[in-house]
Amino acid sequence: MQVPILKQGSYLIASIQSALTDADLVQLRESLVEQVGRYRSRGVIVDVTALDVMDSFASRILRDIATMIKLRGAETVIVGIDPDVALAMVRLGLNLEGVATSLDLEEGLAFLEARTKSERRR
Amino acid sequence: MSDERTALAELATQATATLLTELVAHLRRNRTQLREEWVHRITAARLLTAMSREEIFAEATSVYDSYVEALETGTVEALQAYARNLSERIIPRGVETNEVVGIVLLLRDVLARSLFAKYHGDVGLLNRVLDAYEPAANRIAITVAVGFVQQRERVIREQQEAIRLLSTPVLQVRERLLILPMIGLIDPQRARQLTEQLLRGIRANRAKVVVIDVTGVAALDASVANHLVQTVDAARLLGATVIVTGLSPEIAQTLVNIGVDLARMTTVGDLQGGIEEAERLLGYTVVSLKEAPPAA
Repeated sequence: MQVPILKQGSYLIASIQSALTDADLVQLRESLVEQVGRYRSRGVIVDVTALDVMDSFASRILRDIATMIKLRGAETVIVGIDPDVALAMVRLGLNLEGVATSLDLEEGLAFLEARTKSERRR
Repeated sequence: MSDERTALAELATQATATLLTELVAHLRRNRTQLREEWVHRITAARLLTAMSREEIFAEATSVYDSYVEALETGTVEALQAYARNLSERIIPRGVETNEVVGIVLLLRDVLARSLFAKYHGDVGLLNRVLDAYEPAANRIAITVAVGFVQQRERVIREQQEAIRLLSTPVLQVRERLLILPMIGLIDPQRARQLTEQLLRGIRANRAKVVVIDVTGVAALDASVANHLVQTVDAARLLGATVIVTGLSPEIAQTLVNIGVDLARMTTVGDLQGGIEEAERLLGYTVVSLKEAPPAA
């Protein structure tokens, strides 16, 4: 299943609705990196609320997305990780180090807002 | 053939019952003397030191009567109930299992001696009396000991449950700021429970910053320390920053010695400092009313 990517102002929102295959994840990475340039977006939100499993491949892809988006000059934030999923992830050593995370979509938007504003001021 | 055997067995049971009745009558007759002898032996063996002599005597009287009654009726229910009740009263005073088992065995010995004294003229009869007495007496001893241990286990379970309920409050002190004070002994099970509670608390209160205060933790071992690190990471995945406060010199030393990687954690000396740091992260400033400029 393909992940819908919505454009909201200067941000892109990718909302994962169901469990994804590895191919879907790779495709999500390609489309996000491509669209962030096409729409001149300043930030990307990946919403994983609906995911109840996060394996090592998925978290590597999320880290890749964050790094690649950064290279494309925008910010990434992962939102909506379930408490149980979070616990399972850290037990497996999947810390998503260096990736910004927020509680939910609203928080993620607030985070990007603050981040891009402070950047603009610089 | 089998009929004959049943009849024999019945006869034997009847004989035992008769002997037990006689025995009970003997114990009833010599109640005062045997009871005193027992109390004397208890004090001599330095058992039940937590209780006064009068208390021991009062309890000994009740135990003696229940004991004889159990011998007479062959049922241990009444004695069991009494043992449970007695345990409930004496456990809080620090009476140990060995003391309880000790006094019951002493009573058994005292009574056995009195039987020796009474029947020493007729060894055959003495043997039969002891045959009747010993199984019943052993059963009583086991009942009392098991009752005491069960009662103790129940108390321990209740206390564990109380500690478990007590120890893990997740408190909101300000909008989006939670405090988790960790107190007492943290074992892996409690650590896991704490983490789960914290993560749910973060979600329910939409917390951005969490202060985990470990001032009240006596000691951390490697597995609990690793759990703490995992908690910090998991909270970060939910978008919350964790500040750990109140790491004592001993705990700091332990953590360094066992080589737990605490580089990812923000640590502040005490709870006050932790809350100040959290407020800074959340963009609050606390100003004293005296120093604040008057409101326009």
